[in-house]
Amino acid sequence: MTDIAPGLADPAHDSQRLFRAILEAFSHPGRIVTLPEAPTGVVPLSHAATAFVLTLVDRDTPLWLEPAFDVPAVRDFVRFHTGARIAMREADALFAVVTPGRTPLLDGFAIGTDPYPDRSATLVIEVPTLTSGETRTIRGPGIKTRAEISIAGVPASFWAEWAANHALFPCGVDVVFTSGASLLALPRSIVVEA
Amino acid sequence: MPDGAYNYAYLDEQTKRMIRRAILKAVAVPGYQVPFGGREMPLPYGWGTGGIQVTAAIIGRDDTLKVIDQGADDTTNAVSIRRFFARVADVATTTRTEEATVIQTRHRVPETPLKEGQILVFQVPIPEPLRMLEPRETETRTLHALSEYGVMQVSLYESIARHGRIAKTYNYPVLVNGRYMMSPSPIPKFDNPKLDRNPALQLYGAGREKRIYAVPPYTPVKSLDFDDHPFEIERWTECCALCGSRESFLDEMIVDDEGKRLYVCSDTDYCQERQGAQAQGKEAP
Repeated sequence: MTDIAPGLADPAHDSQRLFRAILEAFSHPGRIVTLPEAPTGVVPLSHAATAFVLTLVDRDTPLWLEPAFDVPAVRDFVRFHTGARIAMREADALFAVVTPGRTPLLDGFAIGTDPYPDRSATLVIEVPTLTSGETRTIRGPGIKTRAEISIAGVPASFWAEWAANHALFPCGVDVVFTSGASLLALPRSIVVEA
Repeated sequence: MPDGAYNYAYLDEQTKRMIRRAILKAVAVPGYQVPFGGREMPLPYGWGTGGIQVTAAIIGRDDTLKVIDQGADDTTNAVSIRRFFARVADVATTTRTEEATVIQTRHRVPETPLKEGQILVFQVPIPEPLRMLEPRETETRTLHALSEYGVMQVSLYESIARHGRIAKTYNYPVLVNGRYMMSPSPIPKFDNPKLDRNPALQLYGAGREKRIYAVPPYTPVKSLDFDDHPFEIERWTECCALCGSRESFLDEMIVDDEGKRLYVCSDTDYCQERQGAQAQGKEAP
């Protein structure tokens, strides 16, 4: 317990700034938002994933960690700074940190119900970059006409999964891709065209 | 100086996180009313407790806040909310729509077109558009789940049968992105077209009912109507007595004992900007 990485230096103001950046990303799906003064966090979490967890996760929101992230340093970091319970099963989690290598990627997480679609999970997917992948066109709320995304490291099968996830609307999971200190949001309302 | 007796922006961090999570869900499911743990605020329900909690969860020291009540910056509700945030959130305030990053509003959308990056926070008394037609929450929730909005179309039809037109003039129901029916809060239906594909983010907070909902930028918002009774906004034969605008929403004022009437812009900032420009001999914006 002696070497827990530091969290937010100034919790009220840092989390406000980070939340507004995250809100910008959710309001403009596909837009790459670089987080202002993202916390260094803890290996193997990226700065953006660390910032996302510190800003939104707390004792009310169980967090699921894919085995790659389920290491003592991360567990201690999350527990100490957020008080969140580490979920044993995907279905119990409201937030999750995963790698794009997991297949099927979106399987097992809470998608909400038709009367309560908000009772669903938000997934943080750690990717190598947000700019060097295959380009895809997206449309939906928050996008003027169409936008392009080029997320690296995501398997082709993910986009079929995403189409199935969008088809569940208003149910479904929301996804945030993180890399370095940047993130890009893909709410369930978004259609990935090709 | 912020008031040191309270956490920044009045609410504690745990509450702000809970509201922030609700806001993200609201943005992800446009028009859906997300339940949230509404807190008791230092003013009564009906005075904007929902809007204040949303504003408190998003506002920061870099923001410039504008607060309007029925379009005016200088009415009691607007003045007290603006002073509240100046005190607890150490935030700059303005009356100019253009300068504001966060605009909290009761019952109007500013006349000046909003820009990308601005956030419009609505104070909502009754978030459920179907509530006057169906009092049971369990029922309205099911109707939303099934996207079953026939009861509202019947209500509008009955209005046409009775009055020859859709007589609803405020809180006029809309459909967000073709899916959820939403109450736009009691804005005049004159403002409904401004909600459609607006570049700004719209957040709606209902304090008593403990609901948050949102319309992301550029999202289609359609006012309900019929093919043979298309949606129409109010028109006036008069213009604003102060700035001469024929485009803005006008308030009717009785100015003497004989019942003489005057019409003035409801949006005080818009009206003053125009008057200022006219005084300088420029073309009104």
